Amino acid sequence: MEHSVSVKDLSLNFGAVNVLQSMNLDIAPGEFLVLLGPSGCGKSTLLNCIAGLLDVSDGQIFISGKNVTWEEPKDRGIGMVFQSYALYPQMSVRKNLSFGLQVAGFKKEEIDKRIARASEMLQIEPLLDRKPANLSGGQRQRVAIGRALVRDVDVFLFDEPLSNLDAKLRSDLRVEIKRLHQRLKNTMIYVTHDQIEAMTLADRIAIMKSGVIQQLDAPNVIYNKPVNLFVAGFIGSPSMNFINGRFENGTVTLGGHNFDVSRYEFETGQGGTAQDVILGVRPEHVVIGPGVESQPCQFEAEIEIVEPMGAETVAWTKLAGETFTLRTNSETAPQTGQKIRIGFDPIRSSIFDAQSGTRI
Amino acid sequence: MSGAAISTKPAAGAKVVVEPAGPKPRKLTITRIGVYAFLVISAIYFLLPLWVMLVTSFKTMPEIREGYLFNWPREFTFEPWIKAWATACTGRDCNGISPGFWNSVKITVPGVIVSITIAAINGYTLSYWKFRGSEIFFGILMFGAFVPYQVVIYPLIIFMREMGLFATLPGIIIVHTIFGMPILTLLFRNFFASLPEELFKAARIDGAGYWQIFFRIMLPMSVPIAIVAVILQVTGIWNDFLFGTVFAGRENMPMTVQLNNIVTTTTGTREYNVNMAATILAAAVPLAVYFISGKWFVRGIAAGAVKG
Repeated sequence: MEHSVSVKDLSLNFGAVNVLQSMNLDIAPGEFLVLLGPSGCGKSTLLNCIAGLLDVSDGQIFISGKNVTWEEPKDRGIGMVFQSYALYPQMSVRKNLSFGLQVAGFKKEEIDKRIARASEMLQIEPLLDRKPANLSGGQRQRVAIGRALVRDVDVFLFDEPLSNLDAKLRSDLRVEIKRLHQRLKNTMIYVTHDQIEAMTLADRIAIMKSGVIQQLDAPNVIYNKPVNLFVAGFIGSPSMNFINGRFENGTVTLGGHNFDVSRYEFETGQGGTAQDVILGVRPEHVVIGPGVESQPCQFEAEIEIVEPMGAETVAWTKLAGETFTLRTNSETAPQTGQKIRIGFDPIRSSIFDAQSGTRI
Repeated sequence: MSGAAISTKPAAGAKVVVEPAGPKPRKLTITRIGVYAFLVISAIYFLLPLWVMLVTSFKTMPEIREGYLFNWPREFTFEPWIKAWATACTGRDCNGISPGFWNSVKITVPGVIVSITIAAINGYTLSYWKFRGSEIFFGILMFGAFVPYQVVIYPLIIFMREMGLFATLPGIIIVHTIFGMPILTLLFRNFFASLPEELFKAARIDGAGYWQIFFRIMLPMSVPIAIVAVILQVTGIWNDFLFGTVFAGRENMPMTVQLNNIVTTTTGTREYNVNMAATILAAAVPLAVYFISGKWFVRGIAAGAVKG
């Protein structure tokens, strides 16, 4: 089969502001795609366009092979879950679930059957006769998911569904959404600004900035091989360390030291000509203690701040005048003020062109 | 020894220091007494006219002529109330104020229903179904709230005459609907704007149309603001004098106009007791509305209205 959802040259302008710029996006059937980006990047706008809640300025949207660019939301074969739950407050849970089906003119037996199936799946059967005001946040979001579920559609749209919940509930419901996806095998498009949600849920992540998709790939590829500085800095917490340097003849010069980077997997051949570069190092790829001697790049550094996080500890230091963080096991964590030797392997790092910010 | 007994007592003038714990004790300070006194005096000051009206309405005319304004009636009589309601003369007719009461009901009830229905639809449309120029449309509507009524009365009379609605019941209802529209639309628009927009989006995904979303989602949610609108319109239309005089026509004169006719009748003696009784009767409906719904009213004003 062809693509489940397909966006072709989609643009959206609010007056003079280009929110989305000729965007192309193909989503396979059964895929879980996460749109990730900082607020204002256009990710929710894209979702609203796919849902048909916003008229597009240019381009086309296909759902299940059908051009739905001019279709009403109800005719697109989608279900949507919102951040604020958007349950109808004066209706009971059962009514909330059945409203759309009643409007569509379904028979009572069919409605009851679908509600029974959805409420069993989401374990909200005991809540069916309550009003939304008498539900907790997590229960409300389950009902909101149920409302999308009973529509029996091919494509689910989630607009930051977990952002209003507290941390514990968020991780519980995250797992539940993943389980739901594995069971239903529907196409799901999920908007979030939470990178943990994106990494854990997605088959593919689309990282957006200013209405343009920066990188669209599997979570581990995005994490390990970010295509540019923006993606590299956005994904990961604490974020990637950036060190200014110069690349020449297979070596990078950092703070007066030369390091061999010939084993680094360059995007184009051997990295091209001599140029200013930015070296990106993940905090967890920094080695301290016994293993440091085997690392190609080594520095002396003084620990400035230590943040114990339980399982691991983040330490802050300075390298070539830039803030540099490293992540280490809590048992072997350094102390504040301690002078230690740190090392990393450039083969695991990312090298970016200092001018354009793209990966080389 | 006596010395030991004395030492357990606190020294004269020394304050007993209590360790602060639990709720802070409330003290009646001088300032607080002053504030209460001011409030009580103000309340008495504003209630005094009502008191005079009430006692006067139960007095006989000879007792009123004695001039003791604040005294409790010596001979308690309901005669002025009966006369005010049923037999007082308004111009040539001597049917009391009761026809005016029913006229006011006939104007107020449909006036309130029609104006609030239209305003709710307006507010809903202006919040959720924005069209090209809807902001300008709303701006013009708001401008209407600041136009003095007297300016538009004459053109409106001509308009009503040409439509064949001048001096008719539908005519006066339409006039009240028109003049209530800016403030009521503002009330409903602001209320709907305060609801999460996602609710509207969810209803659209569920496939509900313009009227379905209005009647099944939005209207049931707008009960609090609808109550505020009812209060505003009932008191506004009931208390109206100007439009009633101009547009209602002789057959439909509302209570306020008939009250004026009773009070300003210049033939014979001035029956103060009847005038007072008639005035209280005319004011009874808005007073009752305020007493019953005062809490809602304040809530609604705080919720978004800027002009009461």
